[in-house]
Amino acid sequence: MSVASPPHTWPRRHLLNIDGMTRAEVEACLDLAVEMREWRERGERPEPLRNETVGLAFYEASTRTRVSFELAARALGAIVIDLSLAGSSVAKGESLIDTLRTLRRTGVTICVLRHASSGAPHLAARETGLRIVNAGDGTHAHPTQALLDALTLRDALGALDGRKVAIVGDIAHSRVARSNLHLLPMLGAQVWLAGPPAFVRGFDDWPGVHVATIEETLDGADAVMTLRLQLERDAGAGVPSLREYTWRWGLTSERMLLARPDAPVLHPGPTNEGVEITAELAASGRSLIGRQVENGVPVRMAVLALVAGAA
Amino acid sequence: MTTFGTLADPPATLVLLGVRTIDPTDGTDLVRDLAVRDGRIVDPRDVPEGTRRIEGSNLVVAPGFCDLHAHLREPGGEVAETVESGARAAAHGGFTTLCAMPNTEPPLDERARVAAVAGRASAARVRVVASATAGRAGERLTDYAELAADGVVGVSDDGAAIADPRLARGALAYLAELGLPLIEHAEDPRLAAGTLMRAGPTATRLGLAAWPPSAELTMIERDVALAAETGGWVHFTHLSTAGGLDVVRRAKQRGLRVTCDVTPHHLALTDAWVAGHRGFAWEAEGEPDYERAYDGATRVNPPLPSREDALALLAGLADGSIDAIATDHAPHPPERKLVEYSEAAPGMIGLETALSLGLAAVEAGCLGLGRLVEALSSGPAGLIREARGLAVGEVADLVVFDQAARWQLEADALASRSANTPLIGMELPGVVRLTVAGGRVTYEA
Repeated sequence: MSVASPPHTWPRRHLLNIDGMTRAEVEACLDLAVEMREWRERGERPEPLRNETVGLAFYEASTRTRVSFELAARALGAIVIDLSLAGSSVAKGESLIDTLRTLRRTGVTICVLRHASSGAPHLAARETGLRIVNAGDGTHAHPTQALLDALTLRDALGALDGRKVAIVGDIAHSRVARSNLHLLPMLGAQVWLAGPPAFVRGFDDWPGVHVATIEETLDGADAVMTLRLQLERDAGAGVPSLREYTWRWGLTSERMLLARPDAPVLHPGPTNEGVEITAELAASGRSLIGRQVENGVPVRMAVLALVAGAA
Repeated sequence: MTTFGTLADPPATLVLLGVRTIDPTDGTDLVRDLAVRDGRIVDPRDVPEGTRRIEGSNLVVAPGFCDLHAHLREPGGEVAETVESGARAAAHGGFTTLCAMPNTEPPLDERARVAAVAGRASAARVRVVASATAGRAGERLTDYAELAADGVVGVSDDGAAIADPRLARGALAYLAELGLPLIEHAEDPRLAAGTLMRAGPTATRLGLAAWPPSAELTMIERDVALAAETGGWVHFTHLSTAGGLDVVRRAKQRGLRVTCDVTPHHLALTDAWVAGHRGFAWEAEGEPDYERAYDGATRVNPPLPSREDALALLAGLADGSIDAIATDHAPHPPERKLVEYSEAAPGMIGLETALSLGLAAVEAGCLGLGRLVEALSSGPAGLIREARGLAVGEVADLVVFDQAARWQLEADALASRSANTPLIGMELPGVVRLTVAGGRVTYEA
């Protein structure tokens, strides 16, 4: 395959999280994603991963992430094994490591891992010999989501240096937020957070991040990202009710008047419309939610190619 | 060559020449010869011709160490440890007494189960802490007077506190006249539920459910109030927070029957170890190493403390607010540790590294050697009414170690059946050369 501007270095066998990556690596990955997107638009089908077997090991329910990884791997020519883990030996009590080592012996070379336990991809990377791509682990990280968010923001705003990005909602339980908190400041953005106190506590210590009221956070923001409220994670202790959450932190067109005119709105999905964002705003012209989904495949193509050493 | 003995072996006769003897029971710290004849400490001139002599100008002799808190996993967990393997690990670490914790399967909550653990000749004296409640279910007290008559040294539902305050109050009231402590794993079960590591910047970054220090603090405050009301003796084990230590200090100042211990890992290790950092609390803060992050070996209850709290605990040990070092030796097989962090069994082994971590703190100037020896030997031994001392006439119960020698911690260097400690691979100060328990050589290298 021919890449116009190959990344300077991609020394990693894995993509576990954004931290530890350099800005140059991130930008090379985003540039490669743009190139991949153009191939797809032109209908080109180079197959740099034709010698790879990608195993999709999703220990947690997922639609958009799993589907976009599968499409990305197929678009690059890889063999794709989608594990229906609920019905496999996992149900018989086999350990994560044993399952993944078995995959490796059957010929899988790259494992896309989604797991409910923070740090599971680190364990897999240390112990299985597979190349691991983290597709979301517990409340820790979701690096490909952050990369596609960054690409979507870059498409809409250009360079992010000096831009104010607001993130609203349940930061504490969000792996998407954590990965964005590494990535957006790295790209020069100022990140402001707002949400119920229990859901933003501790994040004021995060380098380059401000925690403030919803009004201060939205004030003059160049882009606003809201997160899925996962009430089931913290029954009753973080926020009294959905109604109260929506009243105080829900994203509405009126509240968006605080932000820069036409500042785009992002959401990693799936949305609880009417809770963290109104249906009207999610469907409006300033919503980039659809663009986020569209960027999922090329970003994951770029990540798979880089991890495979094929870019 | 290393050899192990047991308390059923013939008593020892030997002479240690030119050793530094530290005896907290009389406050002496001397360079002298120390002789043992037929298991008793004697005048060095009173040993027979031809007695074995050990040259010891680089060696320290201290009273035998006493561990108030060890999990020997019998019955039910023999894949991880047995009484015999745990006792050998103890002897290797310089311990002559072990207090076996009762959270076994089934728990040590009645006299026959206690006798099965306490009655065996091994490489250390094995005492038993009995369950505080039947089946560790937290609903009904065990038969304390009968268990006390059988020699248990305390009662505990370790792994958890007695959650029901009314039952905890009853336990302390009933124990008061027996002179035994309620050994509390002070942790509010609701505040601690589902948590995986100490709250703080590292937990925030790693996305691991955070254990709030209030979980320990509120339970200690409750138990101090109950001890004050009942006159019962509460002993807080594995203290892990500066806030909890402050409450214990104030309770002691009020004259309440409150004592406590701290583990070596809560003195030396910090929550940054969960993120892969490998430096001691007193060292400069280093960079985390995310390649090593989420190692199940770092999961322990209570979780590894913040750096500030580890240093506060060290200060509390140095000033005597903390009565003893206890290991909370908690062996687990690899299949319980080489798993997702949320699935990893809490606990790490400690018998064979306690002295080394203490000596690392001494090297760093955070603790005096005499105080370290006291906190490992006569301090805890006094709490369970065991004698310690190096004076002529006493039964020889001692450890001989080389303070300056270093050793590489690898799994095959351990006598324990388990190797679950994040210290694996590190070089540590302090090598035990000889352990004598009850007059018998239990370990020699």
